[in-house]
Amino acid sequence: MSLDPEAMAPPETPWQEFLRIFQKDYQALFGFWVLMLLLVTALLGKAFTEWWVVFDPEVVRLTDKFLPPFSVPSPDSLPTDRPFGGMYLMGTDELGRDVFARMFQGSFVSLSIGFVAVGISLGIGILLGGLSGFYGHVKLWCITVDTLIMRFTDAMMCFPTFFLILTAVALLPPSIYTIMMIIGLFSWMGTARFVRAEFLSLREQDYVTAAKALGIPEGRIIFRHMVPNALAPVFVSATIGVASAILTESGLSFLGFGVPPPDATWGNILSDGKGFIFDAPWLFFIPGMAIFVVVLAFNLVGEGLREALNPKLRSR
Amino acid sequence: MWNFILRNIGQRLILLVIVSFVAHSFIHLAPGEPSEVDPMNPRMKPEDIAKIRAAFHLDDPLYVQYAYWIRDLASGELKSFKDSQPVLPKIWDRFLNSLPLFILATILVWTWAFPTGIYGAVFRGGLYDRSTVFLSYALISVPGFFLSFLAILWVVGWFGVPVISIKTFGMEHAEPAYKIMDRVWHLVIPSVMAAVGGIAILSRYVRSQMLEVLSQDYVRTARAKGLEEDTVIYGHALGNALLPFVTMFGLLLPGLIGGSVIFEQIFAWPGLGRLAYEAILSRDFPIIMTLNFIAAVLTLAGTLLSDILYAVVDPRIRLH
Repeated sequence: MSLDPEAMAPPETPWQEFLRIFQKDYQALFGFWVLMLLLVTALLGKAFTEWWVVFDPEVVRLTDKFLPPFSVPSPDSLPTDRPFGGMYLMGTDELGRDVFARMFQGSFVSLSIGFVAVGISLGIGILLGGLSGFYGHVKLWCITVDTLIMRFTDAMMCFPTFFLILTAVALLPPSIYTIMMIIGLFSWMGTARFVRAEFLSLREQDYVTAAKALGIPEGRIIFRHMVPNALAPVFVSATIGVASAILTESGLSFLGFGVPPPDATWGNILSDGKGFIFDAPWLFFIPGMAIFVVVLAFNLVGEGLREALNPKLRSR
Repeated sequence: MWNFILRNIGQRLILLVIVSFVAHSFIHLAPGEPSEVDPMNPRMKPEDIAKIRAAFHLDDPLYVQYAYWIRDLASGELKSFKDSQPVLPKIWDRFLNSLPLFILATILVWTWAFPTGIYGAVFRGGLYDRSTVFLSYALISVPGFFLSFLAILWVVGWFGVPVISIKTFGMEHAEPAYKIMDRVWHLVIPSVMAAVGGIAILSRYVRSQMLEVLSQDYVRTARAKGLEEDTVIYGHALGNALLPFVTMFGLLLPGLIGGSVIFEQIFAWPGLGRLAYEAILSRDFPIIMTLNFIAAVLTLAGTLLSDILYAVVDPRIRLH
């Protein structure tokens, strides 16, 4: 009897299996499309407000203060200052700036804060977690690498994170890069802990022993064989991390330590708008709802990824 | 058992030392200086700044400053940069103000999260389950101050009661019943707002933990031998599902203290969070360091307590 290669092949690749489960999760799918839309918006926002200025978020028109959404500019405003399309889609703020243009610009800034912060925290988390998971038994003088790194992680976890971030942001010179860096620098602890756990269990797997027996160099074993297998939970926590970075940024803005002007982020549009909640509710509700929807989308996608990537949850 | 407890305390003591290093050094690594708070003030001469720096040992190397800090903290003589008041009594006063908020928020979290999560797990996939899961995502996705502002607008507009600060000014001579109601309204809204995030997160943990336990073999055995569904769920599964949450006692604390910065700012509540915020604004290093340190120590104590409790309720842990 000859073996049929078709029958021998696994019924579906892990990727196909992942897609099948993810597509059945309507909430996650909804989140995914919201995020795609956001990504396009952010890129267009960067393009249209900085490279090829169609919407200028920084034009101040004192004649057009506090116009509600969908209102047309007043006749005595300068023709050169008219918004694109001749209408303020989301109204204007206390300086007569076009809120739509500011939200458009802010989408890119907010998103990049989330991504850079998560990038930094993942970098530190994977490095420290991987080190203590793989080289944990190595001794430096009297303590092992694992003890050293994990005790430091435990110590960092004792502090109230938001308070640490707030202190650091308040003491350092205000800039958008400081905020990205600080948020990243103080949120790697969770990642480090589960990357370590993942590495500890992967190190004992047969395929790693096999790779060692074949004489594959250690670096290649780590990066080519182990890291891809430890990546699933990292991916999940990255998605949720972006969400919490955006929330942290809006919290910092609320306390007055957000991204300094003229850069607009959703967080600082929201916190500027809180003073005009009765006179100009759109200044408060539009950025608030935008943050809510986007963070919700990130959380739903993260949770959908967790369900689809985690074989333990799947079997149930 | 004693062995386990002693080893745990030993580990926590080492952590405590690391925590104190981190709390002290991290603030001095940043470039901001207490003497730079008011650079435009014409009355601040260079000599004054030098005097301030000398008085607070700011010119000494870091490890000497650390030693001074520990010494002053231990002897209770640590003074605030801003008004030269002792730090510990100041923090203690604010802590007493925050305490009702913390307690009520914690009670709300623990009493709401468990029934919500357990019920969701038992009726998995039902309308209730799906809507609470979605609601919990929604609640962790809202910026805290956005939701609080909406709540304030709603409560003030609907019930016509003031909610900002601890109590309404000028109520000293009112009837006791009015005074109590006034305090209750002022306390409830900020506590609910502070608890909302915790409820959303914890109820999801409870739900997934309960699902995990319900899928185990002994639950199937209990069902197979013909026990009532209620006995299976509440008698057999629930206890094991709730075990891990003993350890979450301590880890909730940093969130409460960190989150209080925002909530106490919104509700003008003169507690720890506002003290921290004011200290940050005025570069009041001793207060910032001590607050961080105390928060970390409380967390350490909380995790220690819950680890010991966990070992008491679950003997399997002691073997590790």
